[in-house]
Amino acid sequence: MQTEQVVPIRTPESSFDDEVVTVIGPDGKVRPEADPKLPVEQVLDLYKAMVRTRIIDTQLERLQRQGRIGFHIGSLGEEACIIGSAAAMRPQDWIFPCYREFGALLWRGFPLQSYVDNMFGNAEDVVMGRQMPDHYSGKKYNFGSVSSPIGTQMTQAVGFGWAAKKKGTDTVVSVYFGEGATSSNDFHTGMNFAGVMDAPVIFLCRNNRWAISVPSEKQTASKTFADKGVAYGVPAVRVDGNDFLATYAVVRECVEKSAKGEGPFLVEMLTYRVGGHSTSDDPRAYRASDEVDSWRQTDPLVRGRKHLDTLDAWSDAEDEAFRKDTEAELKACIAAAEEKPKPALSTMFEGVYDETPWHLKEQQEQCENGPRAKEHH
Amino acid sequence: MPQMNLVQAVNSALRTEMRNDEDVIVLGEDVGKVGGVFRVTQGLFDEFGDDRVIDTPLAEGGIIGTAIGMALYGLRPVPEIQFSDFIFPAFDQIVSEAAKFRYRSGGEYTVPMVIRTPVGGGIRGGHYHSQSPESLFIHTAGLKVVCPSNPYDAKGLLLSAIRDDDPVLFFEPKRVYRAVKMDVPEDEYTIPIGKAKVVREGEDVTVVGWGAMLFEALASADEVAEEGVSAEVIDLRTLWPVDIDTIVESVKKTGRLVIVHEAPKACGFGAELLSLVTEKAFVHLEAPPVRVTGWDTPFPYTLEMEYLPLQHRITPALLETAKYIP
Repeated sequence: MQTEQVVPIRTPESSFDDEVVTVIGPDGKVRPEADPKLPVEQVLDLYKAMVRTRIIDTQLERLQRQGRIGFHIGSLGEEACIIGSAAAMRPQDWIFPCYREFGALLWRGFPLQSYVDNMFGNAEDVVMGRQMPDHYSGKKYNFGSVSSPIGTQMTQAVGFGWAAKKKGTDTVVSVYFGEGATSSNDFHTGMNFAGVMDAPVIFLCRNNRWAISVPSEKQTASKTFADKGVAYGVPAVRVDGNDFLATYAVVRECVEKSAKGEGPFLVEMLTYRVGGHSTSDDPRAYRASDEVDSWRQTDPLVRGRKHLDTLDAWSDAEDEAFRKDTEAELKACIAAAEEKPKPALSTMFEGVYDETPWHLKEQQEQCENGPRAKEHH
Repeated sequence: MPQMNLVQAVNSALRTEMRNDEDVIVLGEDVGKVGGVFRVTQGLFDEFGDDRVIDTPLAEGGIIGTAIGMALYGLRPVPEIQFSDFIFPAFDQIVSEAAKFRYRSGGEYTVPMVIRTPVGGGIRGGHYHSQSPESLFIHTAGLKVVCPSNPYDAKGLLLSAIRDDDPVLFFEPKRVYRAVKMDVPEDEYTIPIGKAKVVREGEDVTVVGWGAMLFEALASADEVAEEGVSAEVIDLRTLWPVDIDTIVESVKKTGRLVIVHEAPKACGFGAELLSLVTEKAFVHLEAPPVRVTGWDTPFPYTLEMEYLPLQHRITPALLETAKYIP
């Protein structure tokens, strides 16, 4: 029996289903109308940054397997969306990271040696060995501080962006998170506050299909993650996150609009987490290897290389030389980092507050006179 | 000198520092036009405008997360959580983020933020408008926790807190809000964070309290004086980092200690104070230290005056402790 619907209940339909911005086709050629038309040198820089990210990921995973570092959380397969979006930020803009964007940190100029020092938590680690590897901080590079909770950076980015705007700057803040974090309260409050406060923030959702072992379709009943922008009055867009030029073009446009006060944006970057969640995870326990193999066909580096070929900008010999140089640079950084001492015992007690209060001084003294103090400098 | 209640004193501190420093921003639920449900921020919206006194959407995690972002940029936000019972949606942002930024970033980032929030019972608010969650924040490395008992201290401590470079939880005893008036200077002055105050000197027993319970402790001190017991009353003012020296010095004199707080007994701040005193003044103790606290129950509505550690419970504790013979 059919009844006439009196109450206008609507089943949500996706506003985004078929709309995914791409620039580079499978053959490596660009769609001219969407191409950001970057100078060849800049395209090459982006490509090299992606390759460098891949090499570092691969080596750090190996180091962890060898027991030389405790942990790494990588970005295998996600290089294009990370580098493309980071490159779209202007020098005066800020990046609030999740924990998977060391590529963006290095793009910003953070020295590789400092990053590797962080992996070892040694005395020259910028965060003094106080956090796990990949939990760096890059204030000098307009880059935030990493914490492990998945969504807390989002509301912080809103407050930071709002403050920058209040101070009369045109600074824009981008904030990274995975699609799993769109389920967290910080995503909803962050999007809501950003919309209400007109904050110049670009919400960069790396939809890499997996939140540890949970696939993206179990994360939401929305058709797409971009749809979530509608509820908060935040304009949204989906982009092929394995296409570095498309990601660059989309994020750049959002940045330029935000800088003019046209508010926050949500960018859903479609990509795939080729590796495990981190070195502590074995994805063979929950996903089929042919799924991973099919995503390898969309490898952003392969597509990037095809595009360079269409520009005739990069030879196999140059590629090989660049990879070798990067590996050598990394190897030297690892060797140096491994030789550096641990942070001093005092660093455990300092910096909890601006001035160390009596109870921490008392505990520091106990520790420094304790049975294992001699093993430390 | 004007007479102010605690609401007016906090308002005066906010107004003073907002005039001094344009980076001071007030944000929270209803803090703008209406001036907060307790009217603590009354008039600030009209004087400083809607971009310095911000009515936010109703999400405590969003209020604190956004305030942290402002502080990271270099502003000095003073977010209000309407009741400290509602602070828990923001717990993650406070304990894992605000409290840890300085340490976890190797000193690159700091969060100079003061979270103001009314605390405590006795106002017929039931469980969700009466709790005292201070020990949860004291247990968290990286936070300072302040709880004034009176208008004069409230103004001086709030000015110190806003100028402090670390995140501060500023608990305002709501039962005292309009109950006490005293001389409070219009001009600015500060009271240092981390300093307790001996508000009544005595010889026989030390009683430590803060917030609204300080007045109950003082009333009990008067009461036991009639029985010849001289109680020394310490107003902690700053809960963390605690001024342990003032407490220990007093206990060394009296040999006897009673701690009073509204929060439940188990793992309440009294447990930590008692341990510290035991560590630092064990041989001076002449009686078992005693805690007079809220019960380990949810905060009740109808029977709230039986829940709170009021004068009728403090007085016998003082007498027993003062007269204890091993």
